[in-house]
Amino acid sequence: MIPELGHLALVLALCLALVQAILPVYGFVRSRPDYLGVAAPAAVGQFVMLGLSFCSLAYAFYANDFSVAYVAENSNTQLPWFYRIAAVWGAHEGSLLLWMMLLSTWSVAVAFASRSLPRDVSSCVLAVMGSISSGFLIFTLFTSNPFARVFPAPAQGRDLNPLLQDPGMVFHPPMLYMGYVGFCVAFAFAITALITGRVDSAWTRWTRPWTLAAWMFLTTGITLGSWWAYNELGWGGWWFWDPVENASFMPWLVGTALIHSLAVTEKRGIFKSWTVLLAITAFSLCLLGTFLVRSGVLISVHAFVTNPTRGIYILSFFGVVVGSSLVLYAVRAPRFEAGTEPVEVLSREGLLLLNNIFLVVAAAAVLIGTLYPILAAGLGLGRISVGPPYFDKVFVPLTAPLVVLIGAASVMAWKRTRPQTLRSRLWLPLLLAIIVGVLLPWVTLGTWGVAAVAGCVLGSWAIVSALEDVVRRVRGSRLMLPRQIMGQTLAHVGVGVFVIGVSLVSAFGSERDVRMAPGQSVVFAGYNFTFHGVEEQKGPNYTSQTGEFTVAHNGRVISHLHPAKRHYVESDALMTESGIDDGVFRDLYLSLGEPLADKAWSVRIYYRPFVRWIWAGGFLAALGGLLALSDKRYWRRQKVRHSARVRASTQTVDA
Amino acid sequence: MTRTRRRRLLLVGGLFVGLAAAVALSLSAFSQNLMYFHQPSQIVAGKVPLNTRFRIGGLVKRGSVQRGRGLTVRFSIADCKASVPVLFKGTLPDLFRPGQGVIAYGKLNSKGQFIADSVLAKHDQNYMSPAVAKELKTKQGNSCMPANLQASR
Repeated sequence: MIPELGHLALVLALCLALVQAILPVYGFVRSRPDYLGVAAPAAVGQFVMLGLSFCSLAYAFYANDFSVAYVAENSNTQLPWFYRIAAVWGAHEGSLLLWMMLLSTWSVAVAFASRSLPRDVSSCVLAVMGSISSGFLIFTLFTSNPFARVFPAPAQGRDLNPLLQDPGMVFHPPMLYMGYVGFCVAFAFAITALITGRVDSAWTRWTRPWTLAAWMFLTTGITLGSWWAYNELGWGGWWFWDPVENASFMPWLVGTALIHSLAVTEKRGIFKSWTVLLAITAFSLCLLGTFLVRSGVLISVHAFVTNPTRGIYILSFFGVVVGSSLVLYAVRAPRFEAGTEPVEVLSREGLLLLNNIFLVVAAAAVLIGTLYPILAAGLGLGRISVGPPYFDKVFVPLTAPLVVLIGAASVMAWKRTRPQTLRSRLWLPLLLAIIVGVLLPWVTLGTWGVAAVAGCVLGSWAIVSALEDVVRRVRGSRLMLPRQIMGQTLAHVGVGVFVIGVSLVSAFGSERDVRMAPGQSVVFAGYNFTFHGVEEQKGPNYTSQTGEFTVAHNGRVISHLHPAKRHYVESDALMTESGIDDGVFRDLYLSLGEPLADKAWSVRIYYRPFVRWIWAGGFLAALGGLLALSDKRYWRRQKVRHSARVRASTQTVDA
Repeated sequence: MTRTRRRRLLLVGGLFVGLAAAVALSLSAFSQNLMYFHQPSQIVAGKVPLNTRFRIGGLVKRGSVQRGRGLTVRFSIADCKASVPVLFKGTLPDLFRPGQGVIAYGKLNSKGQFIADSVLAKHDQNYMSPAVAKELKTKQGNSCMPANLQASR
């Protein structure tokens, strides 16, 4: 009964999404405010219906209702309850439902937060979001209904993919999707700007917080994903240039460019068409990512669907959305007034222009590497794969200059900056960065290498120069800094921390495969690993062979590690659980290979210096986004407007 | 030529040089890192050059897995028509089993052995990489495909 209610709610959500998409457009064309006003209540209704639908599916999982095919395929009575809930988004149908649920959450947020916007703007934004939502609802209802029943109902489900049975999995997809879908808001604002023909500072002030919020979620989602991969895949790596990772990374690159270009458009009133184009591109890449993951053209950890109908539908939906918005752009964008003054190289807008160029080119390089094998296969050029070395070779030279630019970010003033100012303010940070960068690997790891030092200098440069700005401001005014500035600083510090982590882990990270019998010891990277044997254990839905290892350093035992090999009973799948001794400066990472003769096991030992800094950098950047988002200027203005409007309406009543 | 003009020319020139460098860089990186996918029957037929790195995909031939001393493993990767001996030293993935579809990365030596530097198995045993699945199709249908995979397709 409940699954049918969920299905019905999904159908109603589609009806409301169509209302939300179509009526405001009619109202806009005919200048009928009553039709425009339908958008917000329709968005709320759609949210309620999707929420109902989502809860029904979650309940079906919670109650182990295996007559629902999707539940039977992705759950099991032995599965702990929190994984049963997380299993809602463990495969194709449910993750689409999550996608739409989050999209309607954003729509409702827009409906409530944009009461201060002109009615035609907010309705137009909601109409665009409604049409995207209808596209996905139609797709779900006709090709991937999560509520489809199977009769007779199986007595037991097939279990959730063991790879996904990890705490990281509970949070990673919702965060990532929040980011993906969040760029839909920026996209909707861009389309609205094209329709109404207005890109002014008010428009950028509305668009900025939404873009920032989406970016923050995407950053968190990608960071969590990388962390999950490190913990769960047992390969000791944090980024694999897997096509699905790239699918989330491309919108991130373009979204980062968008945040920076929005700043220029707000402060200086230039780059208008460029900003609008970036907003369209960012969301198009989100759709492309969805297409790549959902259509089964990719071979990947994440690609669980191989169904051509779905692929064709998503591809044509992608074509319609991107094609129509680009046509609209081509027709309307030339009307935006371009700035008349030339952009100085030594100015903040010049700096941000460079930032944008590098980010967009980097995104294009990733796009080529991701799509080329698919195109080649489609055109019959042979089955080709583009390996991580391509991405490393292209990506590092393209992003290193970006980090250099970060250092100048706070010093560079709008319009024009004198070279002397740059010199006088940046020599000390540069000197400090070089000292820290040279000393850091030597003090913490006792080793040295050209690439590692270069990376550390680069990272410290970003950190030190960002802090210089804070120190100078605090000393100068003694006031609390605006949160936006603190957010920017924190995000740039995060980039620096990330760069240090990446360069040290790739320079000094090492691994070794060894055969170990119980009682045997191996010395690796200065640590003594002793194997004590393997013990059989039982989990809720798996049996585990858990190894017992001790790690000693300088004759003192510093850690006990328990890497395990799990056998998930219902799905008959083996999973490696790594044993990790984490630390600020290094991780020691063990994973069990396979049993060999005489109770010996093949064991893989990884030494990963500074690997935690990578995720710390990502989370710092996301936190910076959150801090900037909480800046008063985004909130105060709306309150003032709101009270002004209330006053205006009371005056009319008085009159 | 005025100062602003000269500066703008410099800027445009700089951007152009940068873009050219980026394109050159990516093209060279691209051509060096493309990896082809070959199947055992192509290799046995001698159509694959020696000493270039490529991927091979197929099923692990039943009864072919032999462990040597230490971590060396010998097995064969087969498609419907032929099989190629593979030599690998290291840890095999969780889903490596006789009869399973795998992909190995490495080079062919002069004795016709494939020296693998990494071996991947699919993460979901009910799922097979389209590249491997395609080559296992014979004219009669999926005759070499393991039974559990035939059912899911």
